[in-house]
Amino acid sequence: MSSTTTSELPLQRERARTIFEKGAPGRRAFVCPERDVPQVSGEALPERFRRRDPPRLPEVSEPEIVRHYVGLSKRNFDLDSGFYPLGSCTMKHNPRLHERVAALPGHARLHPLQDPERAQGALELMWNLQQALAEISGLPHVSLQPSAGSHGELAGVLLTRAYHEARGEHRHKVLAPDTSHGTNPATVTMAGLEVVKVATNPDGGVDLDDLRAKADADVACLMLTNPNTLGLFDPNIEEIAQIVHGVGATLYYDGANLNAVMGLSRPGDMGFDIVHFNLHKSFTQPHGGGGPGSGPIAVSDRIAPFLPRPLVARKDDGVFDLDFGRAGSESKSIGRLRGFQGNYGCFVRSYAYICSLGGDGLRDASEAAVLNANYLLARLQEQDIGEYLPLAYGELCLHEFVLSGGPMKKQLGIKTLDLAKRLLDFGFHPPTVYFPLLVEEALMVEPTETETRETLDAFAAAIAEILREAADEGPEIAQNAPYTTPVRRLDEVGAAKNPVIRQAF
Amino acid sequence: MAEANYPQDLLYHPEHDWARVEDDLATLGITWYAQDALGEVVFFDPPAVGTTLVKDEPYAEVESVKAVSDVLAPLSGEIVEVNGDLTGDPGAINEDPYGEGWLVKIRIAEPAEREALLDADAYSATLGG
Amino acid sequence: MSRYTSITPADLDAMLETIGVPSIEALFERQIPEGVRLRRPLELPDGRPEQDVFAHLRELARKNVSAEDELSFLGAGMYDHYVPALIDMLMERSEFLTPYTPYQPEISQGGLQVMFEYQTAISELTALGVANASVYEGPSAVAAAGYLAKLHNGGRRFVVSAGLHPHSIETLRTQAHGYGMEVVEVPLREGVTDPDAWAAAIDGECSAAIFAQPNFYGAVEDAAALSGAAKDAGDPVVIAQVDPITLGILAPPGECGVDVAVGEGQPLGNRLDFGGPSFGFFAAREEYLRRMPGRIAGETTDVDGRRGFVLTLQTREQHIRREKATSNICTAQALNALGGVVYLTWLGRRGIVELGELLLARTHYARETLCALEGVEPLHTQPVIREFALRLDADVAEVKRRCAAQGVNPGVDLERITGREEDRGGLLVAITEQRSRADIDRLAEVLGAAVGAGERRSAGEPAVVA
Repeated sequence: MSSTTTSELPLQRERARTIFEKGAPGRRAFVCPERDVPQVSGEALPERFRRRDPPRLPEVSEPEIVRHYVGLSKRNFDLDSGFYPLGSCTMKHNPRLHERVAALPGHARLHPLQDPERAQGALELMWNLQQALAEISGLPHVSLQPSAGSHGELAGVLLTRAYHEARGEHRHKVLAPDTSHGTNPATVTMAGLEVVKVATNPDGGVDLDDLRAKADADVACLMLTNPNTLGLFDPNIEEIAQIVHGVGATLYYDGANLNAVMGLSRPGDMGFDIVHFNLHKSFTQPHGGGGPGSGPIAVSDRIAPFLPRPLVARKDDGVFDLDFGRAGSESKSIGRLRGFQGNYGCFVRSYAYICSLGGDGLRDASEAAVLNANYLLARLQEQDIGEYLPLAYGELCLHEFVLSGGPMKKQLGIKTLDLAKRLLDFGFHPPTVYFPLLVEEALMVEPTETETRETLDAFAAAIAEILREAADEGPEIAQNAPYTTPVRRLDEVGAAKNPVIRQAF
Repeated sequence: MAEANYPQDLLYHPEHDWARVEDDLATLGITWYAQDALGEVVFFDPPAVGTTLVKDEPYAEVESVKAVSDVLAPLSGEIVEVNGDLTGDPGAINEDPYGEGWLVKIRIAEPAEREALLDADAYSATLGG
Repeated sequence: MSRYTSITPADLDAMLETIGVPSIEALFERQIPEGVRLRRPLELPDGRPEQDVFAHLRELARKNVSAEDELSFLGAGMYDHYVPALIDMLMERSEFLTPYTPYQPEISQGGLQVMFEYQTAISELTALGVANASVYEGPSAVAAAGYLAKLHNGGRRFVVSAGLHPHSIETLRTQAHGYGMEVVEVPLREGVTDPDAWAAAIDGECSAAIFAQPNFYGAVEDAAALSGAAKDAGDPVVIAQVDPITLGILAPPGECGVDVAVGEGQPLGNRLDFGGPSFGFFAAREEYLRRMPGRIAGETTDVDGRRGFVLTLQTREQHIRREKATSNICTAQALNALGGVVYLTWLGRRGIVELGELLLARTHYARETLCALEGVEPLHTQPVIREFALRLDADVAEVKRRCAAQGVNPGVDLERITGREEDRGGLLVAITEQRSRADIDRLAEVLGAAVGAGERRSAGEPAVVA
């Protein structure tokens, strides 16, 4: 079980030293190939352009490098090692097959500017992935270019703007529910538009009256995720689409929660015009400690002309190509969002996943995700837990749910933050905390489909134990947790007041 | 400052800013409620002396670990002095929001604007339970 | 049961009972309106076992001609450098590959310390005080730097050198259109940014002045002069997109008057991967710290006084500051940046200089050797370090086809990527440490024959003046 011992564990005793604090002058790992061409004269690179003092990179041997970074890896919790129920992050298993195929030289050592005729495998893969995403979303036209979810969102807002401008309209507002992910408002501002919040009704869905009041001819778009960040599917989605389309605005789908509905409901069928996917969520691209990700978008016919370039095209003879849209008349495309054609390494992994599961498998995955979430929810609403951590909205959920730590705080004196920190001692990554802002002391839980029932039971047991501990022994234990992690609670205020963001020499 | 506190001699803007009026000058800051919601303030960068403030418009930002908040001008005017002591350590904003935690001092442009502000009791009432 | 799930019939019964619903279908029936239910299977190929999927992906790989299959001199932003085996090993470790963003720092010290070390390495490389934990890639890093300038000074236009990577210029245009900023391009003269046109284009309304070092055509720019001229003509934020591999021997942006340095990190320990994922690095003068986009790791201590690291200045990020965010970037390319810092550590203080000198010597040799060929001349004669541009007196696509038949890819068809008429006949040739003298000699042999075999462009066409 967990421990509140104050004697140090080995990882805690080990003092953190950076790679810059290791090594010694003269040590090296890289062996430079011998110069097999004539020495250049001074003219080749005039003195005034030359660097005087080399950058102060470390001087270490290869074994030192390996020991250092492997050592750092041991100070990290990860999904392969334990349960990671972060809401809206979809921390599902990362199959190692995907690493094997991505490492095949035909994929890994392919230069992005290789002629399309000699990159047919890559283009076919991208084409197939596009088709699959189109089928999953119910929207036919796909761009794989955006680099991550928020990048895909920027694309979506820029597309909406371009669509309206092409019709001779300049609309300034984007509607977003007050439960929306933090990225949305930032994206809108970058695209030169203004966010207007739409209220949430007592059932957790969009407040239709507020939406009707705010939806006017100056609204470019409504940005939604469905199910939303509360894990609830908005039963009024068809009417929402009507209201929004009725004023000529577009409907944008944040695909962060797609894991709930694959093969069960399609955003295109719900009325959305633009959908973005997170390949690093539903499609198993590993999170890598924060990145890389990939954020493809799918759009309806009326938005298609504005998609970023290049697009993958298939010619009549079955040969694949990159379409830059330069041929002939003016392209309506919003242009490029990044270099080359996107995060191909992510495409390879996601495509392998889709090939492995097939249509039925994807639907099964969503069903299992929803089953697991509802099961865990039911366990967490049992007598010794539910009174302290009630479900914030509704009764059932889809792939995730939000509990409120308000009663826990009031009755036991521990906050959601303390619960999260104490969970670390039990070997679990905590759920997402303090989001959505709408819920007091929020705890957003998404188990995903790849966890076993035993894991879910163990998690519920840990929560029950922490609550019991607080009730019987007082709040201090959780308030001072964690105890068994490589470092304990860190001074974040100090880090922000006096930022030290690089090694000093 | 541990306890909620709203001095009687100040005027309050509903968005949690206060003004201390002395003749044609006003000292401005954020209320106890605002600093409590923000948490420990880590950074405050005052605008320059001479900047014009417009009532209800943001004129600066206060940054904590959790959030950044706009500071709104309760009154219009021109900045005649800023609290430079906060640049190194903005902690006074939390500890003494009405005293050492003052942000800027302005020369009031429109005295009539004071009518629109709330007194301590009215402001406390807006904070509810 | 689906792939990777574990729900047995016994599990299912027990779970449904706990939840209190008769079936999984009931969970959806009660929450999703019938009108939007998909009542047919997804029209996708059936799922297949691992060995079949592997075979299929291998089949697709075989239809690609990679740097493994031909002698490649392709560059233009991404390069076929050697990635040491220890990087593969570290990037595949569960503890680096599978965690999420380090929101719980107590159990993420590994990832956070890697970010801190990476930030230090980038700061050293660029000689600028602060660096973030990475952004997506090169061109969008340029766009992010432009946004920083806009927030900083609210100017009306960006002035960019035509020597900036075409993808960077295009990406900047796309994003700048979003927030109403004009983008003005300054032409090159003799292969580098035209200094007179540069100074003339910049004034008090210029928000940022942006150039590349070395530039897209491989030429070393006089960065200090460009920065100085920009500051004389106005007060823009000076932004440079730099090639990190050259910074062992090239004067770094921080010593050339540059305010913000960004660039494509792929050459540092990351694979080509047909263009991504990689990382973009972003460094700036200390005064811009609170305007920097993306994630930043900072040093601190824990309650017992232990040294540790946390994500800091998060208020700038999307999830707290919302409308006022410095960008909407909420991912660092953490795994790719790990590859980057390990690579820089592997090169080390001496290695990065030695590598730079080697590339300088080989690139120089390559340009000399190729320009001695009939029908081949330099597009410019500026100093080059690892890449250079040629003008072929032949149709470039034809030449490339003939070279391909000999197993050689001589470089990037310039006009195809820039779309500029004056680049017709242009070829961009990149050198890495994996291209030996023998490889360069082979390139010369094959290219010479390929150019000689075809029709001269110059016959029947006026020569295009550089």
